[in-house]
Amino acid sequence: MDFINMTVERTNVQLSKADFESDQMVKWCPGCGGHAILAAVERVFPKIGYRKENFCMVSGIGCSSRFPYYVNTYGIHGIHGRAAAISTGVKIANPRLSVWTVTGDGDSLAIGGNHFIHVIRRNVDINILLFNNQIYGLTKGQFSPTTPMGKITKTSPMGTIEHPFNIGELVMGAQGTFFARVPDNNIALMTECMFEAAKHDGTSVTEIMENCIIFADKAHADVTGKEVKEETMLVLKNGAPMVFGKNNDKGLILKDTMLEVVEIGKNGITIDDILVHDQYSQDPGIQLMLAKLAPPHFPMVFGVIRSAMYPTYDDLVEEQIKYAKETSKIKNVDDLLNSGDTWEI
Amino acid sequence: MAKKKRPVIEREEVVVKFVGDSGDGMQLTGSMFSDVAALVGNDLATFPDFPAEIRAPQNTVAGVSGFQVHMGSSKIFTTGDLVDVLVAMNPASLRANLKWAKKGATILTDTDAYDDKTIEKAGYKQNPFTDSSLDSFNMVKAPITTLTKESLKELGVDTKTAERSKNMFALGMLYYIFNRDLKPSFKYFEEKFKKKPELVNINKIVLQAGYNYADTVEALESVIQVSPANMEKGRYRNITGNVATAWGLLAASEKSGRPLFLGSYPITPATEILMELAKHKSLGAKVFQAEDEIAGICSAIGASFTGALACTTTSGPGLSLKSEAIGLAVITELPLVIVNVQRGGPSTGLPTKSEQSDLYQALFGRNGECPVIVIAASSSENCFYYAYMAAKLSMEHMTPAILLTDGYLGFGSTLFRIPKMADMPAINPPIAKANDPTYKPYKRDPETFVRQWAIPGTEGLRHRIGGLEKENIVGTVSTDPMNHQIMTDLRAAKVEKVADFIPEQEINGTANGDLLVVSWGGTFGAVHSAVSQMQKEGRNISHAHFHYIMPLPKNTETILKGFKKIVVCELNSGQFVNYLRMKFPMPNISQFNKVQGLPFMINELTDKFNQLLEEK
Repeated sequence: MDFINMTVERTNVQLSKADFESDQMVKWCPGCGGHAILAAVERVFPKIGYRKENFCMVSGIGCSSRFPYYVNTYGIHGIHGRAAAISTGVKIANPRLSVWTVTGDGDSLAIGGNHFIHVIRRNVDINILLFNNQIYGLTKGQFSPTTPMGKITKTSPMGTIEHPFNIGELVMGAQGTFFARVPDNNIALMTECMFEAAKHDGTSVTEIMENCIIFADKAHADVTGKEVKEETMLVLKNGAPMVFGKNNDKGLILKDTMLEVVEIGKNGITIDDILVHDQYSQDPGIQLMLAKLAPPHFPMVFGVIRSAMYPTYDDLVEEQIKYAKETSKIKNVDDLLNSGDTWEI
Repeated sequence: MAKKKRPVIEREEVVVKFVGDSGDGMQLTGSMFSDVAALVGNDLATFPDFPAEIRAPQNTVAGVSGFQVHMGSSKIFTTGDLVDVLVAMNPASLRANLKWAKKGATILTDTDAYDDKTIEKAGYKQNPFTDSSLDSFNMVKAPITTLTKESLKELGVDTKTAERSKNMFALGMLYYIFNRDLKPSFKYFEEKFKKKPELVNINKIVLQAGYNYADTVEALESVIQVSPANMEKGRYRNITGNVATAWGLLAASEKSGRPLFLGSYPITPATEILMELAKHKSLGAKVFQAEDEIAGICSAIGASFTGALACTTTSGPGLSLKSEAIGLAVITELPLVIVNVQRGGPSTGLPTKSEQSDLYQALFGRNGECPVIVIAASSSENCFYYAYMAAKLSMEHMTPAILLTDGYLGFGSTLFRIPKMADMPAINPPIAKANDPTYKPYKRDPETFVRQWAIPGTEGLRHRIGGLEKENIVGTVSTDPMNHQIMTDLRAAKVEKVADFIPEQEINGTANGDLLVVSWGGTFGAVHSAVSQMQKEGRNISHAHFHYIMPLPKNTETILKGFKKIVVCELNSGQFVNYLRMKFPMPNISQFNKVQGLPFMINELTDKFNQLLEEK
């Protein structure tokens, strides 16, 4: 396995799914995308190689945020919107923990929008699993910051009049270093991307396009549905050309400053003309364009879109403390109390 | 240094205030003056008085910055009500501060600063020297700017630099008036301007010139002498309340072995705690300046979950923003120190002024039944001790603690007898042991109802906590009605139990009598001084000053029952008094309140107490 952040303690014991299964009843609706996400997490955690005691799940409020109760790790179920802030404290205070933040589109992009952009900007080494079902589920069906414009919901009976966030665009706008997008109906891809997220040093955001069977059923079906997905989904692989389509005969090229869909074998286009994905590119230019693509004129892009190396906030904290400890004359609180101007009476 | 022998006026205490334009260096002048006073053994308290604006327009009242020093040959409890000696560098500062000058106060001012423009800007209709407004004061008028420039003539110093050092000329004159040694200040210059020797020279020359000038013109007929105070032996330093708070938290971290984490957001008047802790990375302090108040406390809760001594510091408006998260810390039963350096409210209110109006918020300002420990410091130096105790009790009892200080304590300074860490009380957080087969998240100590702190990373203790109500002992999510009752009662009982671990309430005076004065937090100095003064006059009056508010000391009711009348004094409309009435319904509890962004004056307190004693 590849290099994984060395600050988290590793185990030599081969862990399994059972090591992370909790005894709590999973109370999501039957058919909720959460079940598949939970299966993916239970599948990936044993593979990562950390001691099971070093995993810490943090969540906010919403359907997604019940997640920590369903995994046998250390966990804290927080308050609405604040999972990123709580996670920041967990990671700074103990960088030896592998922190997984579970949140939803309402939790992290509406009430918690501020914490979301700032944790990304700081590049705190946490893994955010963002369940994007484009709706408020736990409060029973109000529109969220990712609900498509015009959608009729309980609080938009005439259709929403708000522009939704594109999560990838928001992450890269906040100088994010890792962004992946996965559908909830592909456990293998979810597992793969979560593994990549764990490997990444810094804030990883994995957008999981989750289906809410009750309040926004089939919200993603136009993209991730079985019947259409071969033509609407482009799954990226680092170092591989960006192709899609039933026969892998379509691809993306850069024409002037824009991405364009082309057919391989037509108009002299060969596989060599197709853009090759570089998830590690520090420049997010192409990655940002990829994140924004959507049907009908383009496929939607899945997999790890961006995974760039930058120093993490928590590493820098440790570095400053180490330097201060080496250089400061103040070694303990007695030194501090007696530092500067003091006199005897 | 004085050539002639001047008559000496011995004073038990003197209040000196330095005022001038924001850029006149009054904070530096004031702190240098107080450092010298401390060196000769005076007790003292200081308070900087500056506008909320960074640089308000020059020569206006809005731009006046001040520094007050109260020094004495006996214990000093307040930063002083009225001023004995006022150093006013321009007309605006004179006009703004004259109301604080005692009748007959000595006023030193720079006559060069008075021209038509500055007089008008200060809001005077005419030059105050020419009307009778200054008749009842002892005016020491000196052309300070001119004399400063002249003293530096030989050095060829540019005008701007010369003018900037006029505060040192005024300080030199003051040193003459108080017959102070100049050497400590010389030494101070040498250290401060190590890399700029020309500034050492300039400041020395100007300070000496001010001293010599005052000597030559015999600025004051007599020397004001404040003899050394009879202070407890030990090593001392000067400390502001905010620095003391920061250090108290560091001390608690070291003593408990729990690493310090601060999640905070800048807010007046609490920011200095954040800045101070940011300096002490060598002690392992992890300081996180968050994107907002909520992230400040939430990051602290995350850190607390991992086993850190987690703190967040703020002022009233910030505490409002943190309310929901405090509830999370209460229900997860995690330790958390929340420092609220109170200011005038509501809303943005009076950011740089002091008030005690956040007590209700600290006690009750959350959704649900949500008890926390509430402690209040009463002097700048004891912010150290009470921050330490807030951390100790919070960790040992696995519950958030709110420490209330205020702008006066935070910005003000007092002398601090330096403690030894070895003498500080032990802190023993209830850390769960690895692989303890009996560990349950909400299993409690049967005596104290305290749950254990199971730190992520520890083998065999994986568990989940959170904002949803949990089943007693096992800690799984529970909506069972009786369980909620049990958990609510346990959370309350756990905080009440803290009363067994705090000292009994002390009384200054007899335990029974005509009048008990009750106060809490930052008003200690004024109330103590007022009561002591009346006790000396033979009045039957006692004083109980509270530091532990929630829970109250166990003997509180007994104390209250010993008196015919009780008056609760506080800088709000009556929050502590109503809390006491709620706990101990008694008809004889009255109140004395002030909400002006100002501290109590001793004479307004004695007037009130005398009135209460005389009423039948």
